[in-house]
Amino acid sequence: MSSTVISHDAIHHDSHGHHHESFLTKYIFSQDHKMISKQFLITGIIMAVFAMLLSILFRIQLAWPDTDFPILEVFLGKWAEGGRIKPDFFLSLVTIHGTMMVFFVLTAGLSGTFSNLLIPYQLGARDMASPLMNMLSYWFFFVACVIMCASFFVESGPASAGWTIYPPLSSVPTAISGSGLGMSLWLASMVLFIISQVLGGVNYISTILNLRTKGMGLWRMPLTIWAFFLTAIVGLLSFPVLVAAVVLLIFDRSAGTSFYLSDLVVQGQILPNEGGSPILFQHLFWFLGHPEVYIVVMPAMGITSEVISTNSRKPIFGYHAMVYSLVGITVLSFIVWGHHMFVTGMNPFLGGVFMITTLIIAVPSAVKAFNYTATLWRGNIRFTPAMLFAIGMVSFFISGGVTGLIVGNAVIDIHVHDTYFVVAHFHLVMGSASIFGMLCGVYHWYPKMFGRMMNTKLGYLHFWLTFLGAYLVFFPMHFMGIDGVPRRYYAFTEFPFMEKWVSVNLLITWAAIIAGLAQVAFLINFFGSIWRGKKASQNPWGSNTLEWTTPVKHIHGNWPGEIPTVYRWPYDYSKPGHDADFIPQTTPFSETMSSNQMHDFEGDEESIRIQEEWNKENNRTE
Amino acid sequence: MENNTIRSIEEEQRIRKAKKFNLWLGMIGMFMMFAALSSGFIVYTASGVDKGIKTLLPQTFIYSTVVIVISSLTLHLAYRAAHAAALAKQKFFLLCTIALGILFFVLQVHSWQVLTGQGVFFINNNASQSFVYVFTGLHLLHIIAGLIVLFRCFVGVVKSIPQANNIFRMDLAALFWHFLDLLWIYIYVFLLLNQY
Repeated sequence: MSSTVISHDAIHHDSHGHHHESFLTKYIFSQDHKMISKQFLITGIIMAVFAMLLSILFRIQLAWPDTDFPILEVFLGKWAEGGRIKPDFFLSLVTIHGTMMVFFVLTAGLSGTFSNLLIPYQLGARDMASPLMNMLSYWFFFVACVIMCASFFVESGPASAGWTIYPPLSSVPTAISGSGLGMSLWLASMVLFIISQVLGGVNYISTILNLRTKGMGLWRMPLTIWAFFLTAIVGLLSFPVLVAAVVLLIFDRSAGTSFYLSDLVVQGQILPNEGGSPILFQHLFWFLGHPEVYIVVMPAMGITSEVISTNSRKPIFGYHAMVYSLVGITVLSFIVWGHHMFVTGMNPFLGGVFMITTLIIAVPSAVKAFNYTATLWRGNIRFTPAMLFAIGMVSFFISGGVTGLIVGNAVIDIHVHDTYFVVAHFHLVMGSASIFGMLCGVYHWYPKMFGRMMNTKLGYLHFWLTFLGAYLVFFPMHFMGIDGVPRRYYAFTEFPFMEKWVSVNLLITWAAIIAGLAQVAFLINFFGSIWRGKKASQNPWGSNTLEWTTPVKHIHGNWPGEIPTVYRWPYDYSKPGHDADFIPQTTPFSETMSSNQMHDFEGDEESIRIQEEWNKENNRTE
Repeated sequence: MENNTIRSIEEEQRIRKAKKFNLWLGMIGMFMMFAALSSGFIVYTASGVDKGIKTLLPQTFIYSTVVIVISSLTLHLAYRAAHAAALAKQKFFLLCTIALGILFFVLQVHSWQVLTGQGVFFINNNASQSFVYVFTGLHLLHIIAGLIVLFRCFVGVVKSIPQANNIFRMDLAALFWHFLDLLWIYIYVFLLLNQY
């Protein structure tokens, strides 16, 4: 089927009218990967700010459960009558905070931004395989965001069954006010979001496999690309499963089927639904839900690898191990979902299986943590803001990952399930770690996106306040969890055993407010630097990868002439014998005779012979 | 600016290959959705002796299967005609395929009528029976997408777009439609095997 004959005529037809760009096609319905990446980033940032404000609101309730804040009523109206957040609205706040952060910020905002920006740039492609699908991916995402935000303007309020939307709470519209129209909007938004992610992910995989420039073998790809590639595969295989789960849930809610519902009495009324199983939903949900946490963290790992290597001026330690650990995580991510369901009455034997697969994930994760550390070891470290965020990411990944061993163990998980211990665990290991990976990417590639530098001092301020703030927020939660404090509870004063924790909540909330304010520094820096930042040079970090060979000013097709050819892997930093401390991927070995190693030639005898001759002539000993 | 928007033929071919690969990946995604439904069905049906399809699937499913298989054949003929640049023939077979696709759609909807006649309703406390509607309904949504794709091919021929583009559209459309055909056969066999 591939015997396609193409005439010049056809090519002109297919170039989508790129020649005459209007405002609409350049900034709004753009099909250019660079513009789409900026659209994803800015939408992601707006969603992140929104979701963060929601978290501050529920933190206020948790810290001062008995105090009125009349100002809240001004903004929230009947959701905070008398200046106190209502329990129903509290549940909506945690639900939408989770949904937005996990899906809109750390999935679309992270993957959408950096896959779009870096896949064509770092592989040497003019654009994505299908720019049209790429554009559609953004606009589906945008509409999903709008619908989710719109649910705040519905009388019965936004969805409030938790971001995992377990039935029956989510599937009986009369169960709580948030399960009414708000939940329907949540589901509609999520279906659009999944379409967006599948369209995007398909494009990322195809571009990586088909449109690499000459010389860019798979083993010469930067780790960022490996991470985006595997992330997209995980998304492609798991998101459609959530569609299936959500479709059945929609039918249960709106049509009256009984996939998930059985034996329910709501407000004195017996529901007609019989024979369904809410556990079925949990299985389908977590088959996506668990891979989803790797969709969130793997791009952050890729970005961090690249930034740590560049700013340590050292090759990444264990490049192959880094790739294989990502592959390992990808595979394992599909066979661990049961660890979210240890307390559902699961057969203990099955629980044991899920426990073992879960704990095995510690192996590739530890490989990554050690390799990051080994890359830093004796590096010539440049503490740019991006580098600080990368190190912060590693820190969170380790401290959150260690508790993964604890919650992954069925015997312990049964005790800490649904407590603040779990909240602490995942906010560190996937929440903070991947938001730090994302911020690290923003600081690092900002010059590539906007042609200007971000302010370093504001960057440091942003980093330290956020870093300390995040630890102060999430670390104490471990202790609350061990004490058995359940998550999503509205007022700690209602239960005598929880009352002693109100003082800790006070600390957490203040830390959250300060960390929240620190983001103002980021926002000023980000939006201010678009116009006022120092002009960026072409390769400000002395980096090896291809995106820094493109002109600072964005042009359609990325490179003005031919796409450069790649001759080497992307991590030749501080190579002994070379005069500069980096060798771009576009530099052929013939120009670096003084630093070539025999293994660089991958067994090519002719090259080895030439190198040996040169070594003899120049008295070079290896 | 100008010179980098005009791609070389080689580059164009690579991009087309990549676009076609997109479709393959998309089909994997679609398959995953039906795989999830299948596993949901299996888990649900195993949850009690009163669960299961517990009815004979309507005869019309056989007719619709025959129809969609024939439509794949006519589409293949259209595809060959496109490659032979026999446009009139291509148009004819495309129309045949679209007509058969619509017939398939009608037959599926008719099967729902037959099912409700047998007392098998969508709103059902034995959700295994509801699953039959979900499988066929979601497949029909894909069929609608497939029909749009076929129609776009037809418009392409009528407007006599460049031959290379015509063939490319046909390539993608044929791949997608054959996939929908196979997907239906998978669903049908799956349901048949779980009929009792």
